[in-house]
Amino acid sequence: MHRNASTRFAQNFQFAHGRFLRPAALALLCLLAISVSASQELRVAAAADLQFAMKDLAASYEAKTKQVVTIIYGSSGNFFTQIQNGAPFDLFFSADISYPQKLIDAGLAERPTLYSYAFGRLVLWAPPDSHLNLAVKGLSALLDPQITKIAIANPEHAPYGKAAVAALQKAGLYDQVKSKFVFGENISQTAQFVQSGSAQIGLIALSLAISPAMQNGERWLVPADLHPLLEQAVVLISASKNNAAAASFLDFVKSAESKTILAKYGFTTAQISAGETKP
Amino acid sequence: MNLQALLLSVRLALTVALLLLVLAMPLAYWLAFTKWRGKFLLESIVALPLVLPPTVLGFYALILFGSRGTIGKLWQSLFGHPLAFTFTGLVLASLLYSLPFAVQPLITSFESLDRRLLDASSTLGASPGRTFLRIILPLSWPGLVSAFVLSFAHTLGEFGVVLMVGGNLPGITRTVSIDIYDRVQAMDYSGAHRMALLLLVISFAVLAAVYSITRRVWSPWPAR
Repeated sequence: MHRNASTRFAQNFQFAHGRFLRPAALALLCLLAISVSASQELRVAAAADLQFAMKDLAASYEAKTKQVVTIIYGSSGNFFTQIQNGAPFDLFFSADISYPQKLIDAGLAERPTLYSYAFGRLVLWAPPDSHLNLAVKGLSALLDPQITKIAIANPEHAPYGKAAVAALQKAGLYDQVKSKFVFGENISQTAQFVQSGSAQIGLIALSLAISPAMQNGERWLVPADLHPLLEQAVVLISASKNNAAAASFLDFVKSAESKTILAKYGFTTAQISAGETKP
Repeated sequence: MNLQALLLSVRLALTVALLLLVLAMPLAYWLAFTKWRGKFLLESIVALPLVLPPTVLGFYALILFGSRGTIGKLWQSLFGHPLAFTFTGLVLASLLYSLPFAVQPLITSFESLDRRLLDASSTLGASPGRTFLRIILPLSWPGLVSAFVLSFAHTLGEFGVVLMVGGNLPGITRTVSIDIYDRVQAMDYSGAHRMALLLLVISFAVLAAVYSITRRVWSPWPAR
């Protein structure tokens, strides 16, 4: 059966526009409309060991001020790289004071705003049913033959990874256990490796070890004098366009209320004396 | 369920798939019909994202789009912020990342056309543009749909590039795959499960649609 060309073209045209293009264009318009929202929220880049503490801090702050705080968790070293490349964060809560200091030296962060908000602690953690007797054996539990994988954070860029390597070296165990390491990209992922059973034991942050998903595991606090202090610091990013809100949140972080919250999650806010083992 | 991340992913994938359809068509047309001996070079460049780790693409994008990169600097002088860590930056990086998924189905379609139809069209006096619109395009519908759907699906599942150049900003660059990664790290397994399952279902539906078209289980083109 023959149809003339113009009818066929008209049908094709109608098909193309009516059935396919119009719904697609509508869908695209809707999505574009939904997406753009106000960008006055405060953007905080937070070290992964703050996963639970920062949520609590931000919630208390939001309840008081109605200011929305958006938190992005990750490894301090990665945030350092991203901020160097122009990432739009207002505040950077690092797990290590050296990264904020390097940003200040590079002219990317504001020196007067640098503040040490807490000291992190390293713990040895194993799942509840692992019978490793960590409380008695301490770090030497890592030599147990049933352990094939030890999770630590990547020492290249994660402060807790650096601390773990330093502690193992000081305890004289590093060479015996280094072949069993699996590296988390940050301390949260490291904790997740051992919490999920992918690794039998891990060196993680105390703040994560006492979180709901991990608090019933076996843990042993690594003595603070085995590794350099995990001095955690926050700094205002120079490129921030939200200075007033950032300063106000910083004030809140310095308040007694914040210190109580941080302490609840295993962070000490005063300097720890050498040899102390209890948080 | 993080609806914001899902909508963002869908918006990114739709934007990229639509742009790629427009950009890939002339490129695929040229690659299909040119007699230039050096075309294998361009074909190799187009196929590069298939074999390169996304981190390589993401790394270069971060370096180029960041506040210290050439494109990032230019962008910053125009708009006041670098191109990295923005939705536009993600779109640009994803265009490169999904390019072969749009170009290759189109080339296959164009190459399988009956050349006699094209010759007949031009001997009857139709311009190349008219031949393209009236002969090539209608006969290449399955290729067009495949190109669109595959680049959509591939962008939807993108992870490495977004991780490198996105910065994980909610509503701007935190896509579904990044959101799942975040949830697993936060040990929120039930949240990760829900998002992962949803993505699995969407991906399956999309692929089933492509295969049903290419196997002509149903045709988008009305039967004659």
